[in-house]
Amino acid sequence: MSGRGQSNGADCAKPKDPRDELIDHLPAMRAFALSLTRNGSAADDLVQDSVVKAWKNMESFTSGTNMRAWLFTILRNTFYSDRRKARREVQDADGNMAATLSQKPEHDGKLALADFDAAFAKLPVEQREALILVGGSGFSYEEAAQTCGVAVGTIKSRVNRGRNRLSELMQITDGDALELTDKATMAVVSSASLPQRFHS
Amino acid sequence: MTKKPKTTFEQQIEDNLRRVYQRTLEQEVPDRFSILLQKLREQDQEQPEQNQ
Repeated sequence: MSGRGQSNGADCAKPKDPRDELIDHLPAMRAFALSLTRNGSAADDLVQDSVVKAWKNMESFTSGTNMRAWLFTILRNTFYSDRRKARREVQDADGNMAATLSQKPEHDGKLALADFDAAFAKLPVEQREALILVGGSGFSYEEAAQTCGVAVGTIKSRVNRGRNRLSELMQITDGDALELTDKATMAVVSSASLPQRFHS
Repeated sequence: MTKKPKTTFEQQIEDNLRRVYQRTLEQEVPDRFSILLQKLREQDQEQPEQNQ
């Protein structure tokens, strides 16, 4: 408490430009954007558009309030309006889109995380964003509700439904994961001798 | 919210959510963003009427 806390008046004399803080929120914006788009380059395009919007509308940001929540709001509004536009242009079911655009999981031996990615990508986007805001970024239910422009109860129910759906999906994908592992193993060992597949 | 113990499965979901988020958070932010911010700043300086 020495020194820093005392000089409040002097610090306030020169108000900080909130634009200078944008850069600190970029990693979080990218993480949130990726949870919405499920595609790395689409996520970065989304962040870029959002940064431009935030920059040009900085007057509407009340300094001292939660800048991250404000930026996330811009980001998700941009995402949904882009999506509506895209929907009009291409009639593509969400599932197909997610399937073709889905990111390759980073393989660092975490099979569970790869499974999780696959399951997470199958959730409706409203559940993904609620889960990532609350479970990933550590937003309170209230902050998440503000960011998404819905009631706190809505966020809670999306989080719950999302969690339940993830459990279901991951129990199903457990089987797939085994199959994949089996194929990978097969590929490795096929040059030597094929394992006995058709057990009696 | 009753205090039912979290199953390992629920715990796994919580952990994975954090990991998914953290994974991107820890990545280095691509250069395009510092370039973008730089450009925006320059634009503002060229059009001072935008400020206030």
